[in-house]
Amino acid sequence: MLNIKNLQAKIGEKQILNGIDLNVNAGEVHAIMGPNGSGKSTLASVLSGREEYEVIGGEVDFLGKDLLELSPEDRAREGIFMAFQYPVEIPGVSTINFMKTALNQIREYRGQQALDAVSFLQLMKEKMKLVEIDQSLLNRSLNEGFSGGEKKRNEIFQMAMLEPKLALLDETDSGLDIDALRIVANGVNKLRNKNNAVVVVTHYQRLLDYIVPDYVHVLYKGKIVKSGTKELALELEAKGYDWIKSEATVA
Amino acid sequence: MSTSVKQDLATEIIENQPAFEVAHDSRTLALEQFKKLGLPSAKHEEYRFTPITRHLEKNFSWTNNNSESTLSSISEFLIPQLDANVVVLVNGRFNALHSKIVSLESEVTITTLSEAFRKEHPAVKEYFNKNLQTETDAFAALNSAGWQEGIFIHVQENTTVSKPIFIIQINDGSQSPVITQTRILGVLEKGSSISIIEKSDTVGDQVAFHNFAEEWIIKEDAHLEYCKIQNDAGKVCQVSNSVILQSSNSKLNTFTLTLDGQLIRNNLHILIDGENCESHFYGLYLLTGSTHADNHTVVDHRKPNSFSNEMYKGIMDGNSKGVFNGKIYVRPHAQKTNAFQSNRNIIVSDTATVNTKPQLEIWADDVKCSHGCTSGQLDEEALFYLRSRGISETNAKAMLLYAFAAEVLEPIQNETLKAYLDNLIAERLHKNF
Repeated sequence: MLNIKNLQAKIGEKQILNGIDLNVNAGEVHAIMGPNGSGKSTLASVLSGREEYEVIGGEVDFLGKDLLELSPEDRAREGIFMAFQYPVEIPGVSTINFMKTALNQIREYRGQQALDAVSFLQLMKEKMKLVEIDQSLLNRSLNEGFSGGEKKRNEIFQMAMLEPKLALLDETDSGLDIDALRIVANGVNKLRNKNNAVVVVTHYQRLLDYIVPDYVHVLYKGKIVKSGTKELALELEAKGYDWIKSEATVA
Repeated sequence: MSTSVKQDLATEIIENQPAFEVAHDSRTLALEQFKKLGLPSAKHEEYRFTPITRHLEKNFSWTNNNSESTLSSISEFLIPQLDANVVVLVNGRFNALHSKIVSLESEVTITTLSEAFRKEHPAVKEYFNKNLQTETDAFAALNSAGWQEGIFIHVQENTTVSKPIFIIQINDGSQSPVITQTRILGVLEKGSSISIIEKSDTVGDQVAFHNFAEEWIIKEDAHLEYCKIQNDAGKVCQVSNSVILQSSNSKLNTFTLTLDGQLIRNNLHILIDGENCESHFYGLYLLTGSTHADNHTVVDHRKPNSFSNEMYKGIMDGNSKGVFNGKIYVRPHAQKTNAFQSNRNIIVSDTATVNTKPQLEIWADDVKCSHGCTSGQLDEEALFYLRSRGISETNAKAMLLYAFAAEVLEPIQNETLKAYLDNLIAERLHKNF
């Protein structure tokens, strides 16, 4: 589904990604871990199309399309969803109206009819249940005055609404207490199926207790220096990142 | 050089004052005041960013009379489904054909100002020209000297006028340039309440100068809802001097929407001359093309224990220019005043500009006052967030701009009016989805 080859990117004069290779297939969950500053969030940002990052080498193929050529909105329309680490607050735009616009623009791109108000509300009710989010929250301005947990839950609600093929969760666990974490992770798990894939970017093993990855990759200095299964995450939790750093330096 | 030209236009204006039927004394006095003031030069502190005099010199002659309007229908200027009294002025004259008064005389008197003068209405004698800034503002003086027609509104004591009064002023420049000077005097007796909607429109290709002035007297416990819509097409230069006087326990909500026109200057002057007053004044200017819109507001807290809240927002696109100046005065004995002001601007294009200046002058020591003004571009993070959900860049911008703008509509009570304004704003910002 997603094929990343030798991806290099910089922000300003600073190169952050130094040749990433990664393959994600439908039905898989990948975790990307790594110490602070290793490039985890940059990778998520580049994939979602943030313009302040400049890609200076490599390729990203998403379902046969050159992802790097697409605008952020077209990436979303092709089926990529990014759950933000810090969702922005947007006064005056309710989540409901925002989702209706987003969903219908995606449908239009795919040559589907716009959803009428009744079907939209029906779909929304169904997805609200899935991620345990209250309608009163969705009537309010997008993320305005939301707690950290509410913001993340709203991200997963949006993911449920848009049914992406590939979801990128950027440090979704940050700022969450254990109950909120469980609700968010449950939401993600319910949305998983054999046709979609999830890439979880995280600093800690904690989230991976709930969203169990098929593969774990360790990013260090802008490169994937180690890949393994979920046991690798446990090992990192127990031993920290230092041994990875020294291994990488030796290599 | 510019001084001599300025003198010429002011002299031309003075020499070409026609004979008027009513209000001789106040006109004579105002003309004297205008002579003294002259038209504001480019260096005039209050008109620094808005070169009206130069614009008038270039485009207008006071030696011609306005042509008769040939407008046969005004339906395009109406607010759909609005159940209201409709008062129409075309090229500075009352238009009886298109006007429609439905409220009863026992609630409210609505007549032309000339008629109110002829009938020697006591409220006219007491309040006309008593609060307008004719000693300091040349256009207020000019209007007082040369107003062609006006509307007089008098709301009876303890009466809630159920239907709004919708005043449409049309400048018809389809045959020749027009200069209109119109005026409103509104008096709300104790405990009364009314909603006023003012709208100006311009038709035709010729230039128009609309010098408007109004005085509103809100007595004790009375309540005024006021909405001004400036959506003039084409080449209109409009100066609007509005003075609103509030007595104790009165309430005031104003909303000023500026969309089109060439050069717009609004002087809104609120005199809070009573205790426990509440005033909200909101404004929105959504400018495109080469429109220049200048809102000068003054809130003058003269008595203790009142509350005022001002919020003006602007979005500047194209080559447009926005100007905001907000003065808050809190007089020495106006203790326990709460006064808030905010002016926020978004500049959409590289060639648009805004000048904003808050001015607080506070002589009392036990008050709560705050002000804030911002000017900037759209929030890039918010834009990216919306786009990352599949919303096109154009639509994401429209959503953000609309959300920014629509906030100022919240206090508007009349749902029909609100829907109409909402639609105007959505259309202007291309939020048509």
